[in-house]
Amino acid sequence: MSGFSVTEPSKRQKWISGLLVISYALITIMPLLWIIGTGFKSPEDAISYPPKVIFEPSLEGYVNLFTTRTRITASMEGNLPPPDTWYEQIARNSGTIISGPSRYGQRFLNSVIIGFGSTFLAIFFGTLAAYAFSRFKIPIKDDLLFFILSTRMMPPIAVAIPMFLMFRQLGLNDTHLGMILLYTAVNLSLSVWLLKGFIDEIPFEYEEAALIDGYSRFQAFYKVVLPQAATGIASTAIFCLIFAWNEYAFAVLLTSGDAQTAPPFIPTIIGVGGKDWPAVAAGATIFLIPVMIFTILLRKHLLRGITFGAVRK
Amino acid sequence: MSSNPIDKIARATPPSIAKHVRGFSDRTIAWLFVGPSIVLLLAVNIFPLIWTINLSFTNFRANRSRDVEYIGLQNYERILTDSDTWQSMQATAHFLFWTIFFQVLIGFALAYLINKKFKGNDLWTTIIVLPMMLSPAVVGNFWTFLYQPQIGLFNYVVEFFSGVDASSFSMIGSVNLAPWSIVIVDTWMWTPFVMLICLAGLRSIPDSIYEAAECDRASKWRQFWTLTIPMVLPFLMLAVLFRGIENFKMFDLVVQLTGGGPGSITTLTSIDLKREAFEKWRTGYASAYAVILFVTVFGLASIYVKALNKVKER
Repeated sequence: MSGFSVTEPSKRQKWISGLLVISYALITIMPLLWIIGTGFKSPEDAISYPPKVIFEPSLEGYVNLFTTRTRITASMEGNLPPPDTWYEQIARNSGTIISGPSRYGQRFLNSVIIGFGSTFLAIFFGTLAAYAFSRFKIPIKDDLLFFILSTRMMPPIAVAIPMFLMFRQLGLNDTHLGMILLYTAVNLSLSVWLLKGFIDEIPFEYEEAALIDGYSRFQAFYKVVLPQAATGIASTAIFCLIFAWNEYAFAVLLTSGDAQTAPPFIPTIIGVGGKDWPAVAAGATIFLIPVMIFTILLRKHLLRGITFGAVRK
Repeated sequence: MSSNPIDKIARATPPSIAKHVRGFSDRTIAWLFVGPSIVLLLAVNIFPLIWTINLSFTNFRANRSRDVEYIGLQNYERILTDSDTWQSMQATAHFLFWTIFFQVLIGFALAYLINKKFKGNDLWTTIIVLPMMLSPAVVGNFWTFLYQPQIGLFNYVVEFFSGVDASSFSMIGSVNLAPWSIVIVDTWMWTPFVMLICLAGLRSIPDSIYEAAECDRASKWRQFWTLTIPMVLPFLMLAVLFRGIENFKMFDLVVQLTGGGPGSITTLTSIDLKREAFEKWRTGYASAYAVILFVTVFGLASIYVKALNKVKER
């Protein structure tokens, strides 16, 4: 037994476990690196055999992602003015001209609007409810909390059937407002449960002191509790945002045009003649990178977020 | 584990010091604060649920405006005697069993290794966790590219290591392989989830217990089976509960990967339900289907939570 403690793993144990974990990490990250890499490949490189690890980087995927193009026909040739932008040049090189912007930007913007809108509302209502659940005696509190959680057990498709009918009645199908309300409701269970955990951890004494000093409940809430819960609120918000960002089932069933978010749209990207994998990968990269960054920022609260606060480190 | 959801619900709340406060009474504030959330959840969850139950007794079709007739339990009868339903149940069971099996196995192993506290384990843990946080639909869609015969990375790697010709098999095109193609991607995505929960479990075991066992000259092997496993078990069971519920609802990843095919070999219940509701527009029938699924998942989860609590009490 080496070292000071019987429970401290030996050097060799550390070495071997490190090696195994790093190998797994490298394998598991491959598909993600492949998405990012494919975005910078030319269409020919993307479908070469054997798959190319080293390739000449190209922005064609990104140009194709953001534009719609038409093929240059024989009659057009010679009549075309010289390309005036770098992206026009890239399109010309593959025998096409840019005819307009694609819908990707719009879909991405929808994701941003619906994601932030629903997160804001879920956090706003969630914080209020969580504070009340944490600090007040509420009759049937346990039942209410369980009811809030149980709403997450429904398969989304099952909820989507009446939502579709209800939205159709109210004219909310394929609108930002409809999707924001829906995602707010779905995220509320997460935000109430997580935030209640965070607020439970704030000692009651602080508020007590404030109340004795003559603060009202409201003042104690926003001057004492809210600042203390700021980290918790921020990480809960990121979890809600990621959920709304990634959601697909409701989005594909309840939106089709104006309010369609990126997840249902990205798989439908096709190029001129066949699936344009570099463009799909480019679209996926832009869409996934923010979540990767958030995940890294969130790593301390990750476990808590994914288990609704059931497990805390 | 400070608590699981059930414990948390039961946790006592701090005493109220209501008397002194100016303005609204605590009671009013409590309902003011909780009210909006409850109303929203009622509107978006409970009202639709009741509507669904109501529709499940009718022959309503959302794409037609003919008179709706109540047909009693006919929808339920038809669903439960339909072989397609049972086939999708079977596909779901296969998917559930194997994804949970692999995720528990690999997830626990990884957590065990990470808990050896080698240098830089935080960084590598974060990297391993990444796939879990990403959009299943977008990632699933890209996996169809990795699974392409000939040009796909996955097939190439298989060829590289096993010598099987990369263009000789298609993970998502073959009836035999497709059920495994979805298991692989789901395992890739969600193993970190089980890993994180197991890691929390392993870290919750105090060193002193191992030190005591060491004094009693218990072998490492014995320590593992009589200390580590029982103490991680409640965590592991919680992870299985979460994965079970999530994968029972599975839709986005599989729809993008295989679309339920080839044939209907990977048509999970959610995909089957979606077809009935939004392609065949048999709204009444689909509503009954949804009710059956909800009752199933709710029932199974309740039984499981009871078992989980028993394990924790031990």
